[in-house]
Amino acid sequence: MFENYQQAIKTSSKTLLANKGRSFLTMLGIIIGVSAVIIINTVGAGAQELILAQIKSIGTDKIAILPGNSGKKEPPASALGIVITTLNYEDMLALNKKNNVANAEIVVAYSNGNANISWKSNNYNINFTGTTHQHPEIINSELDQGRFFTKKEEKDFSRVIVLGSEAKKELFGDSDAIGQKVKIKKHSFEVIGVNKEKGTVGFENYDDKVFIPLRTAQSIILGINHINKIIIKVDNEKNINHAIEDVKNTIREQHNIKDKTGEKDDFSVKNSAEGLDMIKSITDALRYFLAAMAALSLLVGGIGIMNIMLVSVSERTNEIGLRKALGANNSNITTQFLIETITITLLGGSFGIILGILISFLIFIIAKLLNYNDWELIISLNSILISVGVSITIGLIFGIYPAKKASKLDPIIALQYE
Amino acid sequence: MLIKIQNLKKQYGEEELITKVLHGLSFTINQGEFISIMGPSGSGKSTLMHILGLLDRLTKGQYEFEGQDVSKLDDNQLAKLRNEKIGFVFQAFHLLPKTTVLENVMLPLAYSSDKKNHIAKAKKILESVDLGHRLNYYSNQISGGEKQRVAIARALVNNPSVIFADEPTGNLDSKSGKQVMELLQNLNDQGNTIILVTHETQTAEHANRIIQLKDGLIVNDSSVKNKRIAKNEKILVK
Ligand SMILES: Nc1ncnc2c1ncn2[C@@H]1O[C@H](COP(=O)(O)OP(=O)(O)OP(=O)(O)O)[C@@H](O)[C@H]1O
Ligand SMILES: [Mg+2]
Repeated sequence: MFENYQQAIKTSSKTLLANKGRSFLTMLGIIIGVSAVIIINTVGAGAQELILAQIKSIGTDKIAILPGNSGKKEPPASALGIVITTLNYEDMLALNKKNNVANAEIVVAYSNGNANISWKSNNYNINFTGTTHQHPEIINSELDQGRFFTKKEEKDFSRVIVLGSEAKKELFGDSDAIGQKVKIKKHSFEVIGVNKEKGTVGFENYDDKVFIPLRTAQSIILGINHINKIIIKVDNEKNINHAIEDVKNTIREQHNIKDKTGEKDDFSVKNSAEGLDMIKSITDALRYFLAAMAALSLLVGGIGIMNIMLVSVSERTNEIGLRKALGANNSNITTQFLIETITITLLGGSFGIILGILISFLIFIIAKLLNYNDWELIISLNSILISVGVSITIGLIFGIYPAKKASKLDPIIALQYE
Repeated sequence: MLIKIQNLKKQYGEEELITKVLHGLSFTINQGEFISIMGPSGSGKSTLMHILGLLDRLTKGQYEFEGQDVSKLDDNQLAKLRNEKIGFVFQAFHLLPKTTVLENVMLPLAYSSDKKNHIAKAKKILESVDLGHRLNYYSNQISGGEKQRVAIARALVNNPSVIFADEPTGNLDSKSGKQVMELLQNLNDQGNTIILVTHETQTAEHANRIIQLKDGLIVNDSSVKNKRIAKNEKILVK
């Protein structure tokens, strides 16, 4: 039996090589389908890794409070760029009280805006962040030069500014920034610190930002009272759910909301785990879509292969008759054609694996070029095994009909076939 | 006794579309015979050969091959018998395209239970038909006469009990045809049983017995008186 397989593999490679162009076209569907399987797996894993790294960079001991209500899974309206003004400075103060949220270790609030910043003749548009003095502790950022502003400076509406590393480069180049005066909307700010390079944290790049005291940002530049976001660091990850309850109750009390079900809430509370769920549901949807595309292309590929095998059977009717006359039985013939089909699908599958890995690698390079440094190239053995399995299965499913058809040929009629 | 048929009948098709081809043939063939089956076109020569060669089944009657009633055998058993006991030589050669001479001759061995020395066996047989120098030629790179000799080597490679040759010289020029007939004659001299289908009297006279068919019936079955002797002919050709 083994020699029959060897023989059949030899015969099929010969047939395939004799019709290189046709063989390639035949395999195209399988190649695309299998490479899609590989890409789904590696890119999916890479994206997941990136997301996990970002979530880890935020830390799993943090709670984010955003203005506006939101359902369980979709992002809050504020995250989609809609301005909602329901969160304010007083809420932050309330959350900061130990008898309201016992487990809150640090509470930091944010109010962002866009404005022109200038130093001497240099001038460019910048994302500025009004925040409170504990911001560096929340994202673990360190200063390269100078210092961050203090609680007192924050309360006193001080006009001081801390620059992200990129923002500093942009504005000052290599010159010293500390002690210099920069202008935002005609208001003069003294540079008191420059941050070390940090990269992205929770999908946000902090390096191209500048930081000013929250109240200064609100009253002097933005002329608003609401805030965009409050982040709380909890003393211990285990207490996060307890802390979330405390946060909700505190803000409901602040906003006079009696309904405890959350339906009437004008704010939303998120933590990393929830974010992960949300992102997972998005990537899952994407994966199912890609998997459906892969399945479709494998199906089309399979049908194409069946078609070509039927052509091959009729082209080789004489050969089949001869083999039978020389002593091949029906199962010898079935085996031969099945192995031929599987050889095609396996070969197509191998090309697909190579193509899939190449494309995944390309995507990986692009991700690196776009500075998604946490993107990893993960080519799992599993996805390769799945691809090989899928290729064999397609060969079996779509090869059996032509093979059976070949084996049922009457040897005399087959020998006389022209 | 190698082959025994009794009142063998064959018809094709069913009900209204029946074609009756063989109407009741009886004869026996012994080991070592060289038989020519002759007759006009459509008389049923090939049909008879296909049945005797276990490629087709009879409709009525009895067929014993080496004492075994073949109607009791299933398709797989028939395939096995064809592989081990029967060699075929066809008018159209039926060599596999894009395949070497050696591989063509090895083909029956792929289906045999004997798993050893395929290459050596095929080489030896090819040398015996004077094709030792063509082993790695492709089947489309050799002449018609050589093709038929490859086909004969392929028929011989499993050391069969009988060789069936259906118009083996039909596609050959007279010189190559003679060479092929000489080869069959030599094989018969060495003890091989040969059953030849032909409608040329000259070719048929290589045999020691001629069975003549007409309209599906045997009209004559007799030994050849002036049998052609291959060796003498060889001298004449020279
Ligand atoms: N598969 C078939 N179905 C129906 N009729 C057939 C079939 N095969 C052969 N016949 C018929 O049987 C008859 C005998 O055919 P066969 O091929 O045995 O003749 P033959 O003696 O070999 O002729 P030739 O010398 O031309 O080769 C013919 O009339 C042919 O049409
Ligand atoms: Mg015929």
